[in-house]
Amino acid sequence: MDKNSNTYTFIYASVMVILVAAALAYVNGALKEKQNKNVEVDKMSQILSSVNIRPAYSEAEAKYNEVITAAYLVNEQGEVVSDNAKEAFAADKTKLAVFEATVDGSKKYIIPLYGAGLWGDIWGYVSLNDDANTIYAASFSHKGETPGLGAEIATEKFQEPFAGKQIFKDGKLLSLAVLKAGAVPDERDYVDAITGGTRTSEGVEKMLKNCLLQYEAFFKNIQAKEEEVSHE
Amino acid sequence: MNKERKEVLLSPLDKKNPVLVLVLGICSSLAVTAQIKPALVMGISVTVVVAFSNVIISLLRNTIPNRIRIIVQLVVVAALVIIVEQILKAYSYEVWGQLSVYIGLIITNCILMGRLEAFALGNGPWDSFLDGIGNGLGYTIILVIIAFVRELFGSGSLLGFQIIPQSFYDAGYVNNGLMIMPPMALIVVGCIIWVHRSMHKDLQEK
Repeated sequence: MDKNSNTYTFIYASVMVILVAAALAYVNGALKEKQNKNVEVDKMSQILSSVNIRPAYSEAEAKYNEVITAAYLVNEQGEVVSDNAKEAFAADKTKLAVFEATVDGSKKYIIPLYGAGLWGDIWGYVSLNDDANTIYAASFSHKGETPGLGAEIATEKFQEPFAGKQIFKDGKLLSLAVLKAGAVPDERDYVDAITGGTRTSEGVEKMLKNCLLQYEAFFKNIQAKEEEVSHE
Repeated sequence: MNKERKEVLLSPLDKKNPVLVLVLGICSSLAVTAQIKPALVMGISVTVVVAFSNVIISLLRNTIPNRIRIIVQLVVVAALVIIVEQILKAYSYEVWGQLSVYIGLIITNCILMGRLEAFALGNGPWDSFLDGIGNGLGYTIILVIIAFVRELFGSGSLLGFQIIPQSFYDAGYVNNGLMIMPPMALIVVGCIIWVHRSMHKDLQEK
């Protein structure tokens, strides 16, 4: 057959595309399960890093089961709507998940955060002490912020100052400010923004505020309970 | 292995180095060389993809219609890259996370198309395989040298282990931030090419 004829070219291209598609579909199907498992373990280690535990990849799952004592879904009124830990773990940003961790004998609440940076999604987890007000630690990740600038939100240098900051002021949930050097702080607690990563820093600030506000009722319930205990 | 085959395998490491002499694959050598580990993984991935796409194209070389040969090459390369990515994602998730967008960049690595066009279309599968391995390794070596310089002076570590002792930092030594930035990779490549050319006078243009 003439290799330069149109028929040959068409047949060649079609067969090639079908074969390649079949091969890719097979590889994807065969590895799917293992990949999903990896995504899960990655999520576990991200949740753990929000309480300052950074296990090696192979130990993340065991450590997660040890540290995270409960996971559940709440609604905007702060009521627990599902205490199925698996469901809470798999929840996306439309649901309000809460993870409870026990670190050095005290209880921490871990809240997932979802937001947008400059180039794409950013997300993270923030852990609160049992007063549901003081931040114990925070961790952030991103899809594709600029390396060296916005991507710095994923470093401990950016995350460490969150510890000890309070999200409530006079009983109102104000969240935190992420401030550029030289900016005048308002009544909120604040951490330093990243030089050259302004838009990503703003994204972090917005993300904290949007996500935490949805949990306001839940936090207040905890604080009310704490009050009762301390008055007794 | 006879002498010609040895030449096919070894010459890309030095005198026909794809990065230093052909100046191919520069984009990725800027992107992934801030640290040695991603550079190494990128090098190995490229080596695997060049070698196998070379073999496949070489096997198909007598059947490929001339008019769509570039498209055929691209499809083969893209398919292999996706398979490499899927395997990394399943078995080495952390590395996959680090390389993320750069894996896709393997497809656009000029070394691949360069070798397919220049070698695989005109040579047998075994020779093509050696040529792919040789060029992949030649690329990897340069990447690792650049990454060595950048990681040592930019982060004070090698392969993630701290090399420059803490006492230096206490005495006022500071990591060179410019080393982390992509332009520095270009300057390092330039310096390596300079040294390489002065060692091989016959490569110097008049």
